[in-house]
Amino acid sequence: MLKITTTLKTALRALRRNPLRSALTTLGIIIGIAAVIAMVQIGEGSSAAIKQTIANMGANELLIFPGQAVSAGVSFGGGSSVTLTSADAAAIARDCPSISAAAPSVNARMQVVRGGMNWVPQFLIGTTPAYLKIRDWPLAEGRAFGNDDVDGANEVCILGQTDVKELFPSGKPLGKTILVNNVPLRVIGVLTKKGANMMGMDQDDIIIMPWTTMKYRVSGSALQNQNQSTAAASSTFSTGQLYPETSQNLYPVPSATEQQDLPQPVSFPNVNAILVSVPSSSQIPQAITEITALLRQRHHLQPGTPSDFNIRNMTEISNALGHTSQLMTNLLTGVALISLMVGGVGIMNIMLVSVTERTREIGLRMAIGARPADILSQFILEAIVLCLFGGALGILFGQALSMAVKSLLHWPIQMSAPAMVASVAVSVVVGLVFGYYPAWKASRLDPIEALRYE
Amino acid sequence: MELIKVSNIIKTYHLGNSDVQVLKGVSLSIMPGEMVTLMGASGSGKTTLMNILGCLDRPTSGEYLFDGQEISRMSVNQRAAVRNRKIGFVFQNFNLLARTSALENVLLPTTYAEDGLSARQHRQRAMELLDQVGLGDRMDHEPSQLSGGQQQRVAIARSLVNNPRLLLADEPTGNLDSHTSEEVLRMFQKLNAEKDITILLVTHDATVAGHSRRVIRISDGLIADGGAQSQIAAVAAGPAANDVKR
Repeated sequence: MLKITTTLKTALRALRRNPLRSALTTLGIIIGIAAVIAMVQIGEGSSAAIKQTIANMGANELLIFPGQAVSAGVSFGGGSSVTLTSADAAAIARDCPSISAAAPSVNARMQVVRGGMNWVPQFLIGTTPAYLKIRDWPLAEGRAFGNDDVDGANEVCILGQTDVKELFPSGKPLGKTILVNNVPLRVIGVLTKKGANMMGMDQDDIIIMPWTTMKYRVSGSALQNQNQSTAAASSTFSTGQLYPETSQNLYPVPSATEQQDLPQPVSFPNVNAILVSVPSSSQIPQAITEITALLRQRHHLQPGTPSDFNIRNMTEISNALGHTSQLMTNLLTGVALISLMVGGVGIMNIMLVSVTERTREIGLRMAIGARPADILSQFILEAIVLCLFGGALGILFGQALSMAVKSLLHWPIQMSAPAMVASVAVSVVVGLVFGYYPAWKASRLDPIEALRYE
Repeated sequence: MELIKVSNIIKTYHLGNSDVQVLKGVSLSIMPGEMVTLMGASGSGKTTLMNILGCLDRPTSGEYLFDGQEISRMSVNQRAAVRNRKIGFVFQNFNLLARTSALENVLLPTTYAEDGLSARQHRQRAMELLDQVGLGDRMDHEPSQLSGGQQQRVAIARSLVNNPRLLLADEPTGNLDSHTSEEVLRMFQKLNAEKDITILLVTHDATVAGHSRRVIRISDGLIADGGAQSQIAAVAAGPAANDVKR
């Protein structure tokens, strides 16, 4: 075999001798590759938009709940044990590489009062600033609370759209004060509208405050679901005295000594849940492994003992996400293959014509000493050069096409470097596959016959 | 030692069910430095013999020693190498590559030579050859910009670029007018005399044959005249003898 550079030069010269035919041959590949690039970029843009939409629904979120508390064989249900702390959330955010953010959540359900209006929000949450990032939830106006608000248990809160509507019929809630369990909270921000979640719960019916404020000022319990006026009244007006029979002690009241001997834990900084966000749904299993290892270590759990927490993910949504992008990819691959096939057949067609047309040239080359292998490699290289050239131009045209679509139709576009690399590789393979038969045919010519060909 | 030594070559073509024997036992030898004409009417087996002598084809049986090498048992690639390094071809219809400069056309055989010379050395030699055939000022011209005689001279330069032992010319003047033919044939004679290149002209034209010192006639698949070297003197006696066939 000759050196590849020599054959390449020969091939390039041969292509230059017939520029129009070379250009027409390349056109098939140019169109094919341009279509692939544009398709992939538009497709990936749409795919990313769909992924973003689904991710907004919580596909990339993990929820960590405390495990069950069991007393004398009686289970208190999931989430009843007091094991998760905000320090756990901070440790997860710090030490687990596969996650992007973690935030603790302290929940309650209680009445909120503002002037003459009152309302019981679906979600009353104490958390850290990371919560909004995890939920991917921008503010409509105002500001979010910061870490200093959390540290100082400042009396500030952010309202969801539903609560603004219920508590501030006139609008303009910023800077105003609401009462939660008789604690005045200043409204510093308003969230954008998010709508209902998968279970049909109104996500906008939410009030968010620093978890310390929630824990130490507003409420320590997640299960408090009582009429707030009753609770408030009991401390101020003491309805128990008005209706003594309503507050009977079912258990013997502990004496002062007993209370001293068995002190109840006071203000243990436990949280009801920890929210974790993962950069992409494919990293969820890895994140679960890391979080499990970290929390078991932090909770001093011996190997073999069950975990005192549960990690939940939105498998259904993640699967939907996976299927959607898989479907998208398959569709694009199909379209790409078809257009490249068409381009390849075009190359083969014109190369066959070219071999017939250049029979005399092939005969001459063989007569003056070209071996069949030299002819074979020359024609294959011609096809590959055409395809590479077409591939390069195709990338440019495809890029231009997707840019045009972006600016004219405002479709989301995502640049795809792998698609470009792959399409160049594919165009070489197309040249190789579809150039082989014509090249083989050329190399099998009999020089005597070829020289006499008219 | 002979440059070409052919003994008892037979070439049979299979056409459908019947076998056609084109060469029926040809023997001839050519010494280095000779200028020989192979003459024969169409259908005489002249072209078949030329293809075998040019290592383009293999005989069905018989031996062909070219420059001491047995050709009839060589592989396709070995024969390609022999053609490239030891034989220069000149064709009736020139067979230059279109839209390619005269210089590039002359350089074409060096592409396949692998003789260890650099591209610059090849180029140098190609330019010298074009100079020798009188086209030193037309190196960048494409075939379409050259006359028939000029094209054939480019072809001759191309055939010489790899320093061949044998120059094989198949009807080299077939497409040229009588004046240009004369020029081209003179060039062959000059090359033969000055460079000591063995030249084999294949033609049916007696005036062409007249320019060589020895004529081998082939008729009906057999050497009719001039196959053995001893006959050189007889054939070279005068051009008049060459007109017999016509």
